[in-house]
Amino acid sequence: MKKSFKLTIVMLLALTVVLAGCGSKKDNTGSSASADTASSDAAKVKVGMVTDVGGVNDKSFNQSAWEGLQALSGAKAEYLQSTKPDDYETNLNKFVKGGYDLTWGIGMDLGDAIGKIAGQNPNAKLAIIDATVDQPNVKSVTFSENEGSFLVGVVAGMMTKSNKIGFVGGAQIPVIERFEAGFKAGIAAVNPNAELLVNYTGAFDKPDLGKTAASTFYNDGADIVFQAAGATGTGVFNEATARVRSGQKVWVIGVDKDQSLEFGDEVTLTSMIKRVDEAVKRVSQEVIDGSFKGGSEVLGLKENGVGIAETSSKNVPADVLAKVDEYKQKIISGEVTVPTTPTK
Amino acid sequence: MNKIFKIFSGSATVSIIAIILGLIVGAIVMLVGGYNPLLAYQSLFTQVFGNTYDFGETLREITPLVLTGLAFAFAARTGLFNIGGEGQFIVGMTAATVVGIKVTGLPAIIHAPLAIIAGGLCGGLWAAIVGYLKAKRGVNEVITSIMLNWIALYLANYIVRHFLLMQGKQRSEDILPTASITIQSLSDLMNSARIHWGMLLAVLVAVFFYYFMWKTKQGYELRAVGSNPNAAQYAGMNVGRNIVKAMFISGVFAGLAGAVQILGVFHNQTVMSGSPGTGFDGIAVGLIGMNNPFGILLGAILFGTLTYGSAGMSFGAGVPPELIRIVIGSIIFFIAAQGIVRWFIKPFYSKRKKEKVL
Repeated sequence: MKKSFKLTIVMLLALTVVLAGCGSKKDNTGSSASADTASSDAAKVKVGMVTDVGGVNDKSFNQSAWEGLQALSGAKAEYLQSTKPDDYETNLNKFVKGGYDLTWGIGMDLGDAIGKIAGQNPNAKLAIIDATVDQPNVKSVTFSENEGSFLVGVVAGMMTKSNKIGFVGGAQIPVIERFEAGFKAGIAAVNPNAELLVNYTGAFDKPDLGKTAASTFYNDGADIVFQAAGATGTGVFNEATARVRSGQKVWVIGVDKDQSLEFGDEVTLTSMIKRVDEAVKRVSQEVIDGSFKGGSEVLGLKENGVGIAETSSKNVPADVLAKVDEYKQKIISGEVTVPTTPTK
Repeated sequence: MNKIFKIFSGSATVSIIAIILGLIVGAIVMLVGGYNPLLAYQSLFTQVFGNTYDFGETLREITPLVLTGLAFAFAARTGLFNIGGEGQFIVGMTAATVVGIKVTGLPAIIHAPLAIIAGGLCGGLWAAIVGYLKAKRGVNEVITSIMLNWIALYLANYIVRHFLLMQGKQRSEDILPTASITIQSLSDLMNSARIHWGMLLAVLVAVFFYYFMWKTKQGYELRAVGSNPNAAQYAGMNVGRNIVKAMFISGVFAGLAGAVQILGVFHNQTVMSGSPGTGFDGIAVGLIGMNNPFGILLGAILFGTLTYGSAGMSFGAGVPPELIRIVIGSIIFFIAAQGIVRWFIKPFYSKRKKEKVL
């Protein structure tokens, strides 16, 4: 009997905890408000950002988006990381129901969740990168990755010595296919003899797969590999770095950010920049200014949403860069149109 | 009723003390990291119980953990270490998705249960492979079930990618509305938190676990095989058949967990780049619950509360979500290392009764 007594006490304790928790129902708004006052003035615009499962330190677009938010003046920025897809809705709701003025979803995976929550909360303002959500209160920002990839394709096509070039993609989804399509078209424009080897690893978070893919390409004689695979691409860089150290001359073309800053100039030929940070910053600024409108926009070369890294001149000769510039102008003027799906 | 107490209360004290010790260790880590543990724990509870939406979502987080926890515990009671809950979970998800999308023209009252049963059954069969190999060939169940986890993951991705894919997305089509087990009325009541019938199912499965294991002859056999297979065989029990049976039922539980996640929460299946982890969390829940069905309910509540509350901790107190995993890890550590906990509480007990320390 003594034991059942103990158990009763335990149960009572558990119950009090539960009840105590229920009791504070009304305090919720109060406690989140106190969090604001703790972090300086409450009058500021609040912007929240939810990462996809890549997390905020993915060295790629989540990180880029967060840097954009941090660069914002006159707003309080906060992020929540999603560890699994279940978290998308709850994390977004945390900001939306917490009265944030704008909630970002980073990555196409969050498209469904954003759409659902936007429908449930017509007064909330949301925005998403890399997906198009058709709701009046959602700003969808997508990029013409094909245009930027075309330019690095030009670089690769002109600089390859073996006439074999590799492409490592994360997953075979429309966004990544745009990279491949543009890259392929860029190579073909300047070097019809070059061959493009393609490998979709099926994951954005598996550096080991990237390393294997890159290793296969380099063994097959490729001397330049373009990666559009998030953290999987880290493996591509690791493989290239190892080979460069052992005297082989191979290159990687980085993606999303200027990856030469991260992985060094000896392996990074150039990078295809996708200015997620600029887009995040600008749209958030619109909320601060009160000019935010739902809808979708596509950022290409013309809008300076994509491009090639400024540090490219370290490894890329001036005549190649001149050619890149020439094609850039042609794309902007509409003289060259870059395909969005890879031609077979 | 007394029997329930008996099974339960012996380990309850150890669990409670272990949880408290785990929270203290977590607090120390937070202090070292420069965070305020009191504020952090407070935001954790506000996150979980703060409003009806979060409370509902916490229940959503807890539900699959109950089922995968029960799956682990059921096998453990029979002396099997089912580390393959993850794979059985994924197989259950996939089966439910297939039935939810491909079977058409049924009313909801048949379609939804059918999808759930399909999920449970496929999970069970997946685990039965492990049981069969163990019973007939003596292959260690840990190895086979780990390997089957990977096979399940890639098989599920293959099926989604090649048969169910929604154009231009990395996920399947939505399941038909008739297969959904969302409780819309409750969901609306709780600010569209994802409430579903699987929550009730999880509790029923726990009751079934208790009844089957301790009230039926078959359950007795399973436990006998678990305690001492040689003695069980000597007493005339078919050890091999009991192993397959235990693995099958264990797999059914894990498969159900996967099925209710699809039918009640996601309504579609994504192409997964890695394991969802719910099956592995079930192992931890089983350990916290001391392999007792009612302990597991509480263990899952604790685990789910901490997991869901971790977002609140990072939100309200700036504590990174990794830290909450340290807290959970320390709780499991203290439960696994019961000796430490017993040593902690020994002085309190020995005063009262010398010969009976717990």
